[in-house]
Amino acid sequence: MDGTKLSTASWQGGASPFAIGHKKLGMWLFIVSDSLTFGALLMGYAYARLAADVWPKPFPFFPSIVFATVMTFCLLSSSLTMVFAVQASARGQRQPMVRWLLATIALGVLFVVLHLIEWNHLLGEGLSPFSVPATWGANASPLFGATFFTITGLHMLHVLSGVIYLGVTAVRKRATHEDVEISGLYWHFVDLVWMFVFPLIYLLSIK
Amino acid sequence: MTEQVHIAHAPTSFIRKYIFSTDHKVIGLQYFFLALVAALTGMVMSLLIRLRLAWPTEQWPLLEQIFPEGFKGGLMQPEFYLALVTMHGTMMVFMVLTTAPQSGFGNYFLPIQIGARDMAFPVLNALSFWITLLSFLVLTASLFVAGGSSLGGWTFYPTLSAIPSTGPGQGLGADLWIISIALFCIASLLGALNFLTTTLNMRAQGMSLMRMPLTCWGWFTTAMIALLAFPVLLAGGILLLLDRNLGTSFFNPGGLSVSGTLIPGGGGSPLLWQHLFWFFGHPEVYIAILPGMGATSHILSNFARKPVFGYRAMVVAMFAIGLLGFFVWGHHMFISGMNPRVAIAFSVLTLVIGVPSAIKTFNWLGTLWGARIRFTSPMLFAIGFVSLFVAGGVTGLVLGQTALDVVFHDTHFVTGHFHLIMGVAAIFGIFAATYYWFPKMFGRMMNEPLGKLHFWLTFIGVYAIFVPFHILGIAGHPRRYADSTGYEFLRALDPLHVFITVAAFATAAAQIVFLFNFFWSLWKGKQASDNPWEATTLEWTIATPPPHDNFGAHEPIVQHGPYEYAVPGAAKDYTMQTEP
Repeated sequence: MDGTKLSTASWQGGASPFAIGHKKLGMWLFIVSDSLTFGALLMGYAYARLAADVWPKPFPFFPSIVFATVMTFCLLSSSLTMVFAVQASARGQRQPMVRWLLATIALGVLFVVLHLIEWNHLLGEGLSPFSVPATWGANASPLFGATFFTITGLHMLHVLSGVIYLGVTAVRKRATHEDVEISGLYWHFVDLVWMFVFPLIYLLSIK
Repeated sequence: MTEQVHIAHAPTSFIRKYIFSTDHKVIGLQYFFLALVAALTGMVMSLLIRLRLAWPTEQWPLLEQIFPEGFKGGLMQPEFYLALVTMHGTMMVFMVLTTAPQSGFGNYFLPIQIGARDMAFPVLNALSFWITLLSFLVLTASLFVAGGSSLGGWTFYPTLSAIPSTGPGQGLGADLWIISIALFCIASLLGALNFLTTTLNMRAQGMSLMRMPLTCWGWFTTAMIALLAFPVLLAGGILLLLDRNLGTSFFNPGGLSVSGTLIPGGGGSPLLWQHLFWFFGHPEVYIAILPGMGATSHILSNFARKPVFGYRAMVVAMFAIGLLGFFVWGHHMFISGMNPRVAIAFSVLTLVIGVPSAIKTFNWLGTLWGARIRFTSPMLFAIGFVSLFVAGGVTGLVLGQTALDVVFHDTHFVTGHFHLIMGVAAIFGIFAATYYWFPKMFGRMMNEPLGKLHFWLTFIGVYAIFVPFHILGIAGHPRRYADSTGYEFLRALDPLHVFITVAAFATAAAQIVFLFNFFWSLWKGKQASDNPWEATTLEWTIATPPPHDNFGAHEPIVQHGPYEYAVPGAAKDYTMQTEP
């Protein structure tokens, strides 16, 4: 008897408690899962940072932080253009939707390019995944480079995957409004991750 | 009508139908057989491990011919012993305990039990299986590369695992281990996402959440745990791969030397891995056991001919176990030097898990109480599950206390504990599910006398193996030692090792009964009716074996809860969920 009369016998089947389609629910669940991956890496970063005797703070306000802020601005703007793309798609306007998607992609690519320039600069300074430049102090933890490249690298990988994903969405003629919305979910998520990475990795390491 | 829909949609070519299928039932069977192969491989490894522990100085010329490196000079090499321990653990935990109950039976029966035609993402489902298979192959390949498999144990603790020069299997073998597990993480979290979406979005009309069979709740809770636990292990795996191959030192505290050679790098901490691993590793225990709990509840009710006692409490207890499982990882690290205040917190949270576990146990007993029990093979294994869950669970309460764990840590007490609860109890859940659903999956009944024989031999066998482990542990016998002959205080325990090994071989031999029964019944078993157990849930309302689209032209409409046995005033002693 138990469990039989307990709950709504009026359940009509179909997609709800959340009233969203499979794909959107699937993307939300993926985002939950992926945020745990980033969460674990950021916890690892916190762990290494707290355990270190000397954690280097190498980023001067200019140019490093300003540069990273411009990158952040790119990514934030790309979220805005993504919102416009979703809006256009909601109104059924395919051409504007594609254009806004392309703008999002362009900003995403710009972010990656700027990021690679920054990586290149840091590598040139002598920072690597296993060492920090001698000028950063004798006891500076070598985990600075390890955590920096791992976390920003995984994030960059996500941005690149997002660029490809948005490209496919833009090209696919059969992409529905929901598909565009779901790709937007992913893009905003990648943006959101950066909103954690930027303060934790950059702003906490201002010289 | 049913037939027409079926013919119109089902793939006909052999390859589309049985190999690259997107049918959840075929994928479930693929997982099941993968787990069967892995279980047999893991079992053979455990027997080799037992040989070494019982007769450490014995020569095995025959085995030397099979493993010329591992048994050099006829004597099992310590490195080979450690490789076996690693592979046995990894094989069993990932490829059997995670794969069979959740991905195997869950895939097959979750959609049917909630009245769906397939999973929410059939192609993703197939992809999950193929990634899992790839993961299995990569893991198996590590046995055959130069140096053999890793020596790191299934927990793969650094610094041993982070430094390639620490042993013969620590080079390529260890890399393959990490790659295999990373693949497995991806497959599992994709599978979990699929399970959750299916359960939430694809239930048939009338199948409210609280009308789902407890099996579905088991798979659902497990999927939630898997979705949250595997990405963390994935992150740990990435860091370990970088440490090994890119020269980072996340897990390397510095100043390490191997055979007199200083290992470069430093600044990291091996404890970071322990945190990441056990944040996954403890929930993983529940990933292995929760589907078994679901199946046990389901089967007990079926053969006790009574509703499950306290259905809602069962659901809540499962969620409580799943949730608490994420806050107790520290109890694996009591001796890592953690602050005793933190240890107390972890200890208390660990003991709290005893509460929902006890709720489940008492509800199972309540279900059995006063019942006219039908002692079929699946029922015996389900009762065996309860027994093993209690036996393994009470030692969990012992180990959860910091003061005792300091003594028992890394002894065979721990080995005995987790084998009973995570290993054998979960395996009994798998056996119960196999005997129970075999008629639906293959259209034939398994042989009952052989099933009962298999149960009794296995049930007695596993207790004979694992109870002595606790005694070994209390006496101070450490785990993972290939050679304990140098320790005088352990010499008195040698006969116990021999006893365990004999019991292990006998229990392994008993599995031949199962294999024979399984494959013989596959072709020669008695034809099964659509509902041989007189059960109530949706899988028993459809044809045996189920057609490609499960329900044919008729969408099921659910009218009742899942366990309406012996309803007063009803015509027969069970009311199927679709009956008006």
